[in-house]
Amino acid sequence: MKKLLIYLKDYKKETVFAPLFKMLEATFELFVPLVMAAIIDRGIGQADTGYVLKMGGILVALGLIGLLCSITAQYFAAKAAVGFSTGLKHALFDHIQSLSFTEIDTLGTSTLITRMTSDVNQVQNGVNMVLRLFLRSPFIVFGAMIMAFTIDGKAAMIFVVTIPLLAVVVFGIMALTMPMYKKVQAGLDAVLGATRENLTGARVIRAFHKEEEETERFEEKNDVLTHLQLVVGRISALTNPVTYIIINAATILLLYTGAVRVDNGSITQGEVVALVNYMSQILVELIKLANLIITITKALACANRIEAVFEVESSMAWRDGASVEGAAAEEKRLTELDNAAAGDNRTGKNHGEHTDFAVVFDHVHLTYKGAGAESLSDIHIQVPKGQTVGIIGGTGSGKSSLVNMIPRFYDATAGTVRVDGRDVKTYGMEELREKIGIVLQKAVLFRGTIRDNLLWGNGSATDEELWEALRLAQAKEFVETKEGRLDAPVAQEGRNLSGGQRQRLTIARALVAKPEILILDDSASALDYATDAALRRALKELPGEPTVFIVSQRASSIRHADQIIVLEDGEMAGCGTHEELLADCEVYQEIYYSQFERQADGGR
Amino acid sequence: MGQRETFRRVLHYIRKYWLYLTASIVMATVTVALTLYFPILTGRVIDLVLGPGQVDFGGVFAILKLMAVIAVATGLAQWVMNVCNNKMTYRIVQDIRNEAFQKIEILPLKYIDAHSYGEVVSRVIADVDQFADGLLMGFTQFFTGVITILGTLGFMLSVNVAVTGVVVLVTPLSFFVAGFIAKKTFTMFHLQSETRGEQTALIEEMVGNQKVVQAFSHEDEALDAFDEINGRLQDCSLRAIFFSSLTNPSTRFVNNLVYAGVAVVGAVYAVRGGISVGQLSCFLSYANQYTKPFNEISGVVTELQNALACAARIFALIEEEPQTPEPENAKTLKDVAGRVELSHVDFSYVPDKKLITDLNLAVKPGQRVAIVGPTGCGKTTVINLLMRFYDVNSGKICVDGADIREVTRKSLRENYGMVLQETWLKAGTIRDNIVMGRPGATEEEVIAAAKASHAHSFIKRLSKGYDTVIGEDGGSLSQGQKQLLCITRVMLCLPPMLILDEATSSIDTRTEIRIQKAFATMMQGRTSFIVAHRLSTIREADVILVMKDGNIIEQGNHETLLQKKGFYAKLYESQFAV
Repeated sequence: MKKLLIYLKDYKKETVFAPLFKMLEATFELFVPLVMAAIIDRGIGQADTGYVLKMGGILVALGLIGLLCSITAQYFAAKAAVGFSTGLKHALFDHIQSLSFTEIDTLGTSTLITRMTSDVNQVQNGVNMVLRLFLRSPFIVFGAMIMAFTIDGKAAMIFVVTIPLLAVVVFGIMALTMPMYKKVQAGLDAVLGATRENLTGARVIRAFHKEEEETERFEEKNDVLTHLQLVVGRISALTNPVTYIIINAATILLLYTGAVRVDNGSITQGEVVALVNYMSQILVELIKLANLIITITKALACANRIEAVFEVESSMAWRDGASVEGAAAEEKRLTELDNAAAGDNRTGKNHGEHTDFAVVFDHVHLTYKGAGAESLSDIHIQVPKGQTVGIIGGTGSGKSSLVNMIPRFYDATAGTVRVDGRDVKTYGMEELREKIGIVLQKAVLFRGTIRDNLLWGNGSATDEELWEALRLAQAKEFVETKEGRLDAPVAQEGRNLSGGQRQRLTIARALVAKPEILILDDSASALDYATDAALRRALKELPGEPTVFIVSQRASSIRHADQIIVLEDGEMAGCGTHEELLADCEVYQEIYYSQFERQADGGR
Repeated sequence: MGQRETFRRVLHYIRKYWLYLTASIVMATVTVALTLYFPILTGRVIDLVLGPGQVDFGGVFAILKLMAVIAVATGLAQWVMNVCNNKMTYRIVQDIRNEAFQKIEILPLKYIDAHSYGEVVSRVIADVDQFADGLLMGFTQFFTGVITILGTLGFMLSVNVAVTGVVVLVTPLSFFVAGFIAKKTFTMFHLQSETRGEQTALIEEMVGNQKVVQAFSHEDEALDAFDEINGRLQDCSLRAIFFSSLTNPSTRFVNNLVYAGVAVVGAVYAVRGGISVGQLSCFLSYANQYTKPFNEISGVVTELQNALACAARIFALIEEEPQTPEPENAKTLKDVAGRVELSHVDFSYVPDKKLITDLNLAVKPGQRVAIVGPTGCGKTTVINLLMRFYDVNSGKICVDGADIREVTRKSLRENYGMVLQETWLKAGTIRDNIVMGRPGATEEEVIAAAKASHAHSFIKRLSKGYDTVIGEDGGSLSQGQKQLLCITRVMLCLPPMLILDEATSSIDTRTEIRIQKAFATMMQGRTSFIVAHRLSTIREADVILVMKDGNIIEQGNHETLLQKKGFYAKLYESQFAV
């Protein structure tokens, strides 16, 4: 929580004034029993009606001043709390955007979303309540005690004993039940889990006729939950009766002491009434305080979760765009070495005219955070500019991992990835990612229009450029039939479009940016074969001859690539053209023949 | 369901606990009466403490003793009431949840498919909780509130009419103030929740798809859009929170006015000798308490309505029509050969949108039937009908000559082994999931099944092998691994008929080919229905059903269909078009 408090710094004035005015209000409230005592002792005692009226006026005035103080306090509290959460949310959003893919993977986006929404709201609520009540309630409790001392020291001693006793009871019961409520929550989660499971798995559960067994399991869980709730309930049900008895016992004592003190002339009748009033004020505030503590505990738990997000630092350091010349020179030297080495390499054989590589993987290894085994091992590839590279392999073979390293979504655990001859770590973030257009596996679009989405690639693209990108991505036809064409609405996540349409639009979005390197990460999987083929033809004609990476499970999608990389369990099982691989790469053969009829004469 | 009907249902659940309810009501009455009596006794003591030397200690002691007894009795009554309420509330919640769950198990799939899981879960969890809190707590609050008000009025009237008049006349003011503020703030809260919804939507999009945002270096734009909404939210939140927070100070002020009124009028009466100082002090503590139940009751009414709305949603679920019950003389399918006949089957999910019309099919025991066709043509629907997840609208489906509506669901489904495209695993160990169809299977049988489905090698590598606990819906397993487990599950029980719905869609083609071999052994002598988009896996079927728009447009084996040069031939060609 401490670290979050800096978001209150723009609201120092409000943060101080809110509780201050609350205390003022409380002070005026504390005068009421004194005025009442005066009415009884002087007004009634001396039958002075004028005095009674005057004091009545003072009571109204005290109430009015209290009201004004309180409204002021509420305003400041609301302003500080809302301002606090606004600043907090801004910082949190900014921070989340600065995290690298590794951190996003470990945290998971769904938790990030709840932390930014409901957790922040809880904290805002907590701040608001603390500013309003946290000082007021103890102030009234202790204020009432002090006021009692001004009336009579001896009677006030009863307050001195009662207040800690009440505190022990109220907070003791809370301390006892709080951990039990956590168990109740866990029990409720179990009941919820069982319910959800039986909905999502309805078909399988029925297919295996497990209905009765599942019902038994549910009822067991439900019973555990109910039992827990009853146990906790029995304890917390004690709070009210016990505090009630303590307060009233104190009142009885107070009346007795009062009687003795009045009898020997130390205090007046009216003052006894005032003392009793102070005691009941304490009871009211104590209940408020107990409720407040619950709100605060919740808010603190949420604050800790938010803080945990702030504590996660991006594991990836980006260089500022400017100061890279030295590094660039160093990289250039290395590239020359690579080029020399590549002279007798198969890539050189195919494209002898290229001396410059768009992308180089130099013995790259990748282990994801928290993973036991390497996801990529010793990947060594050189891709000349303008080449089309196909990447194929089974599920989990590391295809996506490989291409995700080019825009530096993940850093290599060993080895280097070079783009245009420079280590990706020497680039500024925008500098690198502007070169690269990547179409991710999951076709994600954002709420807005088709145009809005395409402009993500390049904010200043003209309509003509957008249509050209759509044409290349094989999306022109269906966009033309949409009402509003480029201005046709796109729902959140693009839910109003089919999977194939979404994929083509995400491809178009990447093309709008006219990247030097285009990566399609299994992004044609929802397209039928004919469209897929048309797309591949269009990619060949791309202006500016970008280097293209195509990741696919389909052999047909990559067989015409200049270079095909075959991955198995994170290792390169082969690299070469279709013909070369078909001749000597066993893994490739297996994949290919699993999808294509083996020619009668080509069988093993 | 009308509110009255809902309320009747609620009473039905409470009836079982009428003893607790009665006890609770009695104890509430006792608590309130004693609580109200306490200030009167306090007043009497004060009247006995007039001044130096004018204290009647005998009287004081007598009353104080009575007060002590009353304080303890009140505490006890309150505790008993709380415990009764708890017991009643939690038991009713338990009953309702059990009933809701039992209903979920017998709901037709039609209902489950048509409702989002989250919605149903929230009925069973959140709505039931809110109902319990709102209705039962609300009820006790309402009840004690009303008794407090009536009791206070009675006590006050018995002491002094004029002072009571002051209290009764001024108190409604706090009602008006609270109502006025609530009305004014309603639109502000509405605006706040709308803006908050807008912000949540943006957060879900941008944070949920953070990878795309970063891939396009779109962070700054996203932050700008966020800040714009954030700023608007700040404005309307401030207004909503501030204005609504005026309720408490305002009602407290009204309360203070009541207090001052009672003080002045009471004191004037006391001067004239109309009431004693003790009675005045009693009035003052009533004045302090009197407005509280009013404020509570106004809150309780909305809470009660809300609770009834929640209850209505739960009861709607509980009263949902269950699947057609089995006829009393339902037969048990035994020693199934695997002859399946569909005759003149009509089916549609929505009444006016025809899907399957006049479907006829006769499958001999041990035959392999492949169903192919474009997405949405009704392939999965056929399986829904075979398994009797849905009932046909007209026509009939027979297994070994018996109409499947006349046999027990259990025996029908027992005879099918099913692997669906959507893999579903329950929370538990890998073994729990595999033995679902045959709880008594031995370790050797489990491993043999896992080896046959090529799942053994990955299970072996998990941290605890077959005892590895997986979370809800498979947790950290990949889609392909989950599918392998689902296949193992069927491999273990080997029923006489099989249904494979895109069973290998998430498995890479190499592994798939290996599994196909296992499937081929498994399908030997078993009637099987296979849905797949990879035509290569279907080629070996005895009968291929080519579906389009809910109809079987072609039927035959691979060779004859190819020769026909129809729809199947076209599909097959497109697979090989490069």
